[in-house]
Amino acid sequence: MNAAETLAQNLLAQMQDAGAQVVTADILQPAETLLDLYGEDIRARAYVTHDPALGEMMLRPDFTVPVVQAHMKGGAEPARYCYAGPVFRKQVKGRAREYLQVGYELFARDNPNHADAEVFARFAQLLSGYDLRPVTGDIGILKAAVAGLDTSARRKAALMRHIWRPNRFRALLERMGGQGPLAAPRADLLRALRATPAADLTEQAGPVVGLRSVGEIAERIAALLDDADTPPLPAAQIAAVEAVLNLSGSARDVARSLRMQGWDALAPALDRLEGRLDALEDAGIDTATLPFEANFGRTTMEYYDGFVFGFIADRADLPPVATGGRYDAMTAVLGQGRAIPAVGGVIRPDSLIALGGRA
Amino acid sequence: MMLKLGVPSKGRLMDKTFAWFATHGLTLQRTGADREYAGSVEGVDGVELVLLSASEIPRELAAGRIHLGVTGSDLVRETLADWQAQVAELALMGFGHADLVVAVPKAWVDVETLDDLDAVAAAFRARHGFRLRIATKYHRLVREYLRAHGVADYQLVDSQGATEGTIKNLTAEAIADITSTGETLTANHLKILRDAPVHCSQATLFASRAADWRGVAETRARLFGKLGLGDVPGLE
Repeated sequence: MNAAETLAQNLLAQMQDAGAQVVTADILQPAETLLDLYGEDIRARAYVTHDPALGEMMLRPDFTVPVVQAHMKGGAEPARYCYAGPVFRKQVKGRAREYLQVGYELFARDNPNHADAEVFARFAQLLSGYDLRPVTGDIGILKAAVAGLDTSARRKAALMRHIWRPNRFRALLERMGGQGPLAAPRADLLRALRATPAADLTEQAGPVVGLRSVGEIAERIAALLDDADTPPLPAAQIAAVEAVLNLSGSARDVARSLRMQGWDALAPALDRLEGRLDALEDAGIDTATLPFEANFGRTTMEYYDGFVFGFIADRADLPPVATGGRYDAMTAVLGQGRAIPAVGGVIRPDSLIALGGRA
Repeated sequence: MMLKLGVPSKGRLMDKTFAWFATHGLTLQRTGADREYAGSVEGVDGVELVLLSASEIPRELAAGRIHLGVTGSDLVRETLADWQAQVAELALMGFGHADLVVAVPKAWVDVETLDDLDAVAAAFRARHGFRLRIATKYHRLVREYLRAHGVADYQLVDSQGATEGTIKNLTAEAIADITSTGETLTANHLKILRDAPVHCSQATLFASRAADWRGVAETRARLFGKLGLGDVPGLE
């Protein structure tokens, strides 16, 4: 075993001592599940290969999906799992294509704040010998801000869908306010759709080829016209969402300034955040100094939908040493209706070795 | 040691490449029997002509088996990861223009932009239970483009030819393909989205960063002089 492998086994043993059960996962995973979950972008990041009998397969880009699937096949509740092994990611430049991950996942229905705190504190303890900067965030706050906008359910759903794509999210927000680069083409389209009945327009445009039917086209036209009658998103609300996104500071300070905004829709999410901070405090974490960035986890961790965290080394050449978060929605997708609240994370032992770590 | 120049082995692309070099005082020609892939360069000593399929030129450049190569800028960007690290763009040659575009059925009167396509993809997935299919052979370029524009809920399906027909054949809902006049798209009842194309391609002279340039320094200086090219850093 090389140093990173030894360190990985050492971390795994500590997780077992803390009550986690070791799980394993195949290196070859069915591509379809991962593609449906992550979208086409995963092809740029994961190695895809073809099996004559099983079709497209992927070299495991992470453990989360197989661990959730294994749990769904009959894990106890609550359950704590740990694992260690290589994952594979395509890289354009010098970073490792094959590297180790050691992970810890907690599946529990009760007391999610306590579960969040347990996982974060576990990672903080495992990494306590290293000079790392912790960072936390909460996608739940962003979701609450979107849900709290004074606008149609359709617009909220469109924004929710793009929370993990910050540029698109901003462009959509601007368009809904009648501003930005997407607004003019949309206005042109609406003019054309208003001028002629939908049926005539499609008829004039030419034969309908492909699977998308005239009915589906008519439905979207109706939706577009309906949306056009929805008043523009007030500038103050757009500014409020942006203000939430830009918040960073100590977790307690951020919670306080979010409260001061007096936005009622955020209240339940803020109760969660404060409850989590209390639970973290109970677990021995100083939340008065714990960094919080509202934007954290939006670009790199698309399935996290609540608490998110990372441990970052002050070295430009190293990716985050550890990352994690809550992914309740993903378990619902993978469980096909059955869901279990879940929170967990991974450590990269290779990065710890690069920082001078020893097993 | 000879400086190897890779050029397309047939068709209009070859003819126009030969013509472009002729305007710089270099005579490129095929030699030997009609179907033999052999050629010669007159006007500067020490240059060997290598006739290749345009689609293989990016790979040969990346491997350093040729020093210079003429091919479409789309092929280099599609074939080579981090292409700027592997080749240097020396000259845009002003022919072989074609745009890589995203096209949808004309009957989709509700779709003019990627913003619309993204919304349709979400509704399509909810309705049909699978991600909206876009047929293309330019997987890397199209994926990067759609990612940059924040389009989700789509999948790329491979199409190596007759891509415009995939929609009618129900194997895709939209396509991303190269077009110069748009005639084939029109004939297949398709329209181009209003956004900027994925890529505007043209024939381009590339230099390999992997080739051994040390043994051909004098030839390189003479040739670059004739072509009016300045010094290109990083070719060693």
